[in-house]
Amino acid sequence: MRLQKNTSLALYSVLEFARTPERHIAAAEIAEKYDISAHHLAKVLAELARSGLLASVRGAGGGYRFTGNAKRLTLMDIIQMFEDFGDSAAAAAAPQSGPVEAALGLVLSEIDENARATFKSITLATMLRLVERQQAGTAASRSTP
Amino acid sequence: MKKPTTTPAAPRQRSRATPRESTDAEAAIEVRAVRRSDLDRVIDLDATVTGLEKRKYWLSVYRRYGSGTHDAQQFLVALVHGHVVGFVIGEVRDWEFGSQPCGWVFAIDVDPQARLAGVGTQLLQAISARFQRIGVRKLRTIVALENTLILSFFRAQGMMAGPLIALEMDLEP
Repeated sequence: MRLQKNTSLALYSVLEFARTPERHIAAAEIAEKYDISAHHLAKVLAELARSGLLASVRGAGGGYRFTGNAKRLTLMDIIQMFEDFGDSAAAAAAPQSGPVEAALGLVLSEIDENARATFKSITLATMLRLVERQQAGTAASRSTP
Repeated sequence: MKKPTTTPAAPRQRSRATPRESTDAEAAIEVRAVRRSDLDRVIDLDATVTGLEKRKYWLSVYRRYGSGTHDAQQFLVALVHGHVVGFVIGEVRDWEFGSQPCGWVFAIDVDPQARLAGVGTQLLQAISARFQRIGVRKLRTIVALENTLILSFFRAQGMMAGPLIALEMDLEP
């Protein structure tokens, strides 16, 4: 499955901010790290700030900082701010559709339900631990001759 | 195999609640094998969470898992100040579903009043340690898709989707 670009940018950003909630991070820093358009990212960050997950800090050393609760916020909370998740199944199983569309809709619904349950069950705190494990795994594989 | 019944670490009424980190309260948590004298409390706890009292079921579970003589079958309780506040049940299944022997957690529950204090985490760690001691290197469970709370708990413990998928079908009467 693929997430829309804005959604991916929001997830990258929120995880960056949540990792060091005490730190103000400039949009340019995240844009550079992920090699993405700073202009595009600015719109995403503004939306996150409007929702109360980020606070903007003006002036030198400014940027944004995380103001959400990483133990409560799930990936789904972020995703739903930027896209309607699970529309494909609903569209395929529209009332006017025939048996083929309905059957396909059932299969797509299965996939969507699994994805939805996954996104809803993973908090930012859990995700940050997963990132740490990935980093540790990468470091271990690098040190193995 | 009974599916995990509820989240062991978060209040039910909080739809997005997830387990919190360990706290000092964990020092007061004792985890040990279940005893016959714990069973009424386990039954009450399950009834509180599920809304159904299943005494006959729990007696059979106790007979099967509560002997404490089989390392591959574990029925553990968590106590705070000597009072049972949670339990976990699981067993090692060999070569089922085409997989290597692995530990299955099929029930875990924590008193709603005792959640958010690391009880569920300690129960899971305790059963994992017992399985590890007999050579098991994989822990699995099955959770209802809509049970976000317990899904979050297991995710927070480091569990990821496994290589199995649950399937079902209706059977005509």
